[in-house]
Amino acid sequence: MNRPIRRVALAMLVLFGLLIVNANYVQVFEGDKLRTDPGNTRVLLDEYERQRGTIVVDGRPVAESVATDDKLKYLRRYPGGKTYAPVTGFYSLIYGATGIEQAENDFLSGNDNRLFTRRLSALLTGRDPRGGNVVLTLNQQAQAAAVRGLGDRAGAVVAIDPSTGKILAMASTPSYDPNPISSHDPSSIRAAYNKLANDPADPLLNRAINARYPPGSAFKVIVAAAALQNGRNPDTLLDCPQAYTPPGTRTALHNFGNESCGASKVTMQTALTNSYNTAFAKLGVDLGQSAIRSAAAGFGIGTGDTLQTPLRVSPSSLGDIPDTPALAQSSIGQRDVALTPLQAAMIAAAVSNNGVLMTPYLVDRVEAPDLTVLDTTQPKELSTAVSPEVAGQLTQMMRSVVQRGTGRKAQIPGADVAGKTGTAENAPGQAPHAWFIGFAHQNGKQVAVAVIIEHGGNSGSETTGGEAAAPIARDVMQAVLTSGGG
Amino acid sequence: MPGTLISFSPTAAGEVRTAPRRRGVELAMLAFAVVLVITADVVVDATFNDTVSSAVWTYGAGFALIYAVAHVAVRWLAPYADPLILPATALLNGLGLVLIRRLDLAEAADAQQDGQPIPAGDAEVQVLWTCIGLALFVAVLLIVRDHRALARYAYTLAAAGLAFLALPAILPGRFSEVNGAKIWIRLAGFSIQPGEFAKLALMVFFAAYLVQKRDVLSLASRRFLAVDLPRGRDLGPVLVAWGASLLVLVGEKDLGTSLLFFGMFIVMIYIATERTSWLLIGLGLFLVGAYAAYFAFGHVQERVQVWLRPFDYRDDQGYQIVQSLFGLGTGGLFGTGLGGGRPETVPFAKTDFIIATVGEELGLVGLVALLVIYAIIVTRGFRTALTVRDSFGKLLASGLAFTLAFQVFIVVGGVTKLIPLTGLTTPFLSYGGSSLVANFALVALLLRISDAARRPPATPPPKPPLAEAMTEVVR
Repeated sequence: MNRPIRRVALAMLVLFGLLIVNANYVQVFEGDKLRTDPGNTRVLLDEYERQRGTIVVDGRPVAESVATDDKLKYLRRYPGGKTYAPVTGFYSLIYGATGIEQAENDFLSGNDNRLFTRRLSALLTGRDPRGGNVVLTLNQQAQAAAVRGLGDRAGAVVAIDPSTGKILAMASTPSYDPNPISSHDPSSIRAAYNKLANDPADPLLNRAINARYPPGSAFKVIVAAAALQNGRNPDTLLDCPQAYTPPGTRTALHNFGNESCGASKVTMQTALTNSYNTAFAKLGVDLGQSAIRSAAAGFGIGTGDTLQTPLRVSPSSLGDIPDTPALAQSSIGQRDVALTPLQAAMIAAAVSNNGVLMTPYLVDRVEAPDLTVLDTTQPKELSTAVSPEVAGQLTQMMRSVVQRGTGRKAQIPGADVAGKTGTAENAPGQAPHAWFIGFAHQNGKQVAVAVIIEHGGNSGSETTGGEAAAPIARDVMQAVLTSGGG
Repeated sequence: MPGTLISFSPTAAGEVRTAPRRRGVELAMLAFAVVLVITADVVVDATFNDTVSSAVWTYGAGFALIYAVAHVAVRWLAPYADPLILPATALLNGLGLVLIRRLDLAEAADAQQDGQPIPAGDAEVQVLWTCIGLALFVAVLLIVRDHRALARYAYTLAAAGLAFLALPAILPGRFSEVNGAKIWIRLAGFSIQPGEFAKLALMVFFAAYLVQKRDVLSLASRRFLAVDLPRGRDLGPVLVAWGASLLVLVGEKDLGTSLLFFGMFIVMIYIATERTSWLLIGLGLFLVGAYAAYFAFGHVQERVQVWLRPFDYRDDQGYQIVQSLFGLGTGGLFGTGLGGGRPETVPFAKTDFIIATVGEELGLVGLVALLVIYAIIVTRGFRTALTVRDSFGKLLASGLAFTLAFQVFIVVGGVTKLIPLTGLTTPFLSYGGSSLVANFALVALLLRISDAARRPPATPPPKPPLAEAMTEVVR
């Protein structure tokens, strides 16, 4: 009987071999796939098991994890609430993470390699490993001024430190409270999320970087830059007819309220100060499409690049400009020209910073749980938008806008303020968007800002855009200039 | 397999030597197993509670005591028994206790968070069952002083085994059905799975019956297509075994036990007759049975579908296996460490799916090590079968070793999705008294046979003085 016994024994060892091979396949070969499968709650539970890092603005938490006694050990809380929600995003059991919560997830959750040695020491000392903190560039006073200024109107505000690219304010209204979506109760999470997702006002949208608007007259800064780069100067006389009919169409362009320029020719500075459409439409047509496109590209418009602040920024563009009438319309920021508020602020920032455009960013530094700094973002040049000389000329003209033109509401006593208003037609029958882009210098400090209020203007008058948007810009800039930090 | 730890060649017949008892080896290995188990328990406590509770030492001391008793019993009752089987058993049993206690802690923590009353721990109950198992272990060694004596009770045991097997099918569901499988006898708060005991009883019967009939079964045959086929009337017993297996499947919806019994019988008949034709017949009957069962029973079809595409059924019928795979995958190569994973996510983690806990917390390395420990018991069992002198002992030892190996294959294969999932316990590891106690009896029988195999002949014939020696022809 020994021969069959040996055979059976061997067969059993073969079966055990099969088990081992199969275990290798499941645990190692397929392991990663199984580990990261969305149905595998282990990873998620582990994330909640570890204290997630804090998101900090000016030394105060705008998102933090607090210990609870339910199954998920830590609850995400947002003391910043609606004010910071467009930046922080939410951290949801069901809907994942958005905003900085998502962009800096590796760091906040403690999985980033920069935290490796600390994870190791936590392992050795038996302490629970924690996530790292993310310190934002935002300025608390500026952010508060922006949100207060927008009030219950839909819109966005972005403020930038032109010398570094630090984003000092990023507000978007209507906003939302990220706390209910980040709770631990699935049914209230679903209820809160569905309510927001189905809201026609779209509170989950970060308008500052993911909504694109026609810039209207604010775009005249780009056309002016193109003109200055092509041999004109602020005193160059421009044709300023009562109505301008570009070649190839019979539809005439008018100034706001069908206002007259007061003379048949005005200087470019005067045309910008009073935002004459006919002058700039004709100037754009005279300069030609490529000059406009090239000037716009210098400011980052239409390059096709996607900025990561680290939040993804929708690319701004000029759209198709198939013919001369389209070029005329585009030159006054209408038709298919579409800018994000961040992009609009970048225009002002580049002019303010002697023509050098710095890459905008939101994360100033990341810290270990013990607050030691692990990594600080170094300011980086994005492009040279215009020469220092052109920047100086643009500043001069934009200063005139604030001193005696459509942007007078942006004046700050004791500060040198320059800017440009915009009143952008969007949909027929809808009030135009109100814009203000500008910058201010005081005691060696500078700040650039862009404000848009959806349907905040009145198509009757260019000054209405300035009336609505400029005061918010003023408050935000003032908040930056008077605050202790940068 | 030359050159390996495991060798199946028996010692040359007639070689007279003073066989070493190797009880010291057994004691050392047992001590090693106890140290490993206590270490594992300390790790669980340290990970879970950040402190080592006194319970660990109580458990450790109790565990050491149980196996000290077992060791003394072996020393006394089966001094020549194989020295590795008991330590390997101890390690598996101890690891099982640690895992069950670990899952108890997870359940308690969950209950506390949900504000539910904390459920009574299962580990204490399993320790109690281990003690009962130990008592049966000693009893078997004590009562069965010579394994050949068992052959005399073959038919009694067969009747008892069949009755045990059939009882849950006959009893009304409320006494016999747990989680859809009618394999229990539930009485006065106790529940036992009689199939586990029936397994042993029927194995003894098979061995005795087949030894008796092996000549008829292996010699009388007709040759057909180069295969020696047995005569029609000799097919009777096989058909009975096959029918009984199908009955188990139909009556008790128990795929695993059905497969285990049929495999056990076919392998034993093959070993007894040394005829490959029996394996072919068995395989043919298995295919016919499997094919018929697939189309006749919805639950068999469902099992196969879930096996083929578990992720399509991840929220309902495939939930268990998918959770098990998640656990195994998360464990990866080295595992999360004892107490570091979330094995309680897998349903029936303490019973059918305890292997998933091993894979998650000890990783592939731990799972393979565990399989090697099973392989040690199995190969020592087959080695016993090779060395023991009597046919009944050979057949019984191979049957015991095969059953253990095949059961491990069915369970581990099911949990790791190598084969369709069937509900069987993992020997020595799973929570459950019947399985543990019955497997203690299995080990006792194996030790009893190995004692006989390694024991030197009772009274070696004294060498006759030279003067009285027969004249030998020197060639």
